Amino acid sequence: MTLHIDSAEEPVRFLSPDGTFAPTPAAEPFLARLDALSDADHERFYRDMVSVRAFDREATNLQRQGEMALFPPSEGQEGAQVGSAHAARPQDHIFPSYREHVVGMIRGVDPVGILSLMRGVTLGGWDPTDPKNGNFHLYTLVLGSQTLHATGYAMGQLFDGASGTGNVETDEATMVYFGDGSTSEGDVSEALVFAASHQTPQVFFLQNNQWAISVPVSVQSRTPLYKRGAGFGLPSVQIDGNDVLASYAVTSQFLDEARTGQGPRFIEALTYRMGAHTTSDDPTKYRTDQERAEWGTRDPIIRFEAYLRARGAAESLFTSAAEDARDLCADVRTRTLALEAPDKNTIFDHVYTDEHPRMQEQSDWLNRYEESMTEEAR
Amino acid sequence: MSELVTMPMAKALNAGLRAALAADEKVLLMGEDIGPLGGVFRITEGLQAEFGPRRVQDTPLAESGIVGTAIGLAMRGYRPVCEIQFDGFIYPAFDQIVSQLAKQTNRHGGAVSMPVVIRVPYGGHIGAVEHHQESPEAYFAHTAGLRVVSPSTPNDAYWMIQEAIQSNDPVLFFEPKSRYWPKGEVNLSESQLGLHQSRIAREGTDVTLIGHGAMVSTLLQAAEVAAGEGISIEVVDLRSISPIDYAPLLDSARKTGRVVVAQEAPENASVGSEIAATLAEKAFYSLEAPVLRVSGFDTPFPAAKLEGLYLPDADRVLDAVDRALAY
Repeated sequence: MTLHIDSAEEPVRFLSPDGTFAPTPAAEPFLARLDALSDADHERFYRDMVSVRAFDREATNLQRQGEMALFPPSEGQEGAQVGSAHAARPQDHIFPSYREHVVGMIRGVDPVGILSLMRGVTLGGWDPTDPKNGNFHLYTLVLGSQTLHATGYAMGQLFDGASGTGNVETDEATMVYFGDGSTSEGDVSEALVFAASHQTPQVFFLQNNQWAISVPVSVQSRTPLYKRGAGFGLPSVQIDGNDVLASYAVTSQFLDEARTGQGPRFIEALTYRMGAHTTSDDPTKYRTDQERAEWGTRDPIIRFEAYLRARGAAESLFTSAAEDARDLCADVRTRTLALEAPDKNTIFDHVYTDEHPRMQEQSDWLNRYEESMTEEAR
Repeated sequence: MSELVTMPMAKALNAGLRAALAADEKVLLMGEDIGPLGGVFRITEGLQAEFGPRRVQDTPLAESGIVGTAIGLAMRGYRPVCEIQFDGFIYPAFDQIVSQLAKQTNRHGGAVSMPVVIRVPYGGHIGAVEHHQESPEAYFAHTAGLRVVSPSTPNDAYWMIQEAIQSNDPVLFFEPKSRYWPKGEVNLSESQLGLHQSRIAREGTDVTLIGHGAMVSTLLQAAEVAAGEGISIEVVDLRSISPIDYAPLLDSARKTGRVVVAQEAPENASVGSEIAATLAEKAFYSLEAPVLRVSGFDTPFPAAKLEGLYLPDADRVLDAVDRALAY
């Protein structure tokens, strides 16, 4: 087993891989957070994990069929993502990396927006300033850069007095997602420095999926990554990221602590990227079937399904979740295939906010050039 | 009635920043040592005492962190003004500037603006150690989404810093540090030009000299010497490096037929090269001579004892003027 952990203590975990509710000692301080979860919340967690796994496979198929340039699948990381996403409050701001598809969906982003980025029809895909998108910011493809944007945003929340009043219903916080590879980027360290310096209302959510494309986490760090956060002075916890309840409980508590003025926090969610880094990757070149199979036994959906069954969930939950996921995929496929390339002159749109002479000149030139080509063809 | 005050550029920048801080509470100053110390060049002197440590922040010592957090603050509605302590210290922030700051508005389809100013004391003539005398403006002029300007006088510094802060786009604001201390007249009542307009600094008829920042004073000095020899030189102060205000440059080139572009920066792929190419394209039939460039060498900025050889001075500019006139 290549867990790459040398921590003396078990991570925060409520659900054992077989679905048994068996909190680890590290989980005890977060137990009370689970009290807030209704049966409907549990069902929603399950449905979201099932939906995004289906979406993931659909998107991968679309890429294989030549309909998208690239797709980064999130299979295996659904527990970490769904739990943490549901822990955020509506007023919170979320800065993703580029694999947090279900987090975006939970916040209200249309998954076709995500695929429009991957299909090459936009550089963005959704408008984070539109309230319907739940303050879910754009994907950032240069690793770790977004951690600084999130920290700056959280500094703004702090300066505005939008956090720290003690009212969890209104105080704002920021959460930023990044991965084990990104932790080696200088920007992540700088973000932790600025966050600690300003005591931002912020949670750093690290998904350690064990692999940065083809390089194992042992190349990035010889210390458990949550200790990085602690080294910068942030309360830091390692969780079993394949336990959706652990992800929910710890994130919920940390976000509330951060929003009420107790400063930034750091979570390392241990999980596994079951699929390829992206559709351009070939994991068979660098990792073993055995390793993947072992992580398969800790699957976040299978685990949670067993737990829900033990709690007495109706069979209809599982069948309807599967049906809903199929419907989602059919809808996503139809609408993705309908995405057309944008008009040529949009190249020059929004390069600047204020007027800029080069944009008009070059846009006019392109129009004249295109027209001249059409005339020649006649 | 215009209020004219004589002051050095350093004080003019200080006054401009003070005015911007007073005018808009969303304006924040961020940088290394800009608080109680007032910056290593004292440009922000007294501002933290006046506006408090939140509006004038000493940041951790991390340039990428300064620009990266400024991006997040701009998303939140702030107008951060970042100080990079020296020209050669901007590179740790290069990714945040060219891949993030420059592209956010475009990536967001216009839903987000990036009113961030990055102040950079730049250029030579101060006898400093490595990384403290460079002219890196071409890197940023090459990047879509950024605006790049450089004042050459106290008056321009006073107004351009305020206009840069009012811009809704990111502005790289290159301050010619060798010009921080000479005094000049500042009109505190009104700005005469827009942020991106070039300026005829001296009228003439025989040869056009074009430059920006500290080079403008060298060009004016060269023009004065040439006048003694009966050569009438026109000097154009670019003021804006991206976008470049070409109309006055083209008018001047068409009038004199001879153009020399001068810069402290290395020549290869430089701002001067861009101007030379554009004038050749657009004023070809008016030119009596090829557009000549006078630049720093394509070497690292040398040890300070050699900077006088590296930096174009009035003699090197006049040598180019002679060559232009010889065609």
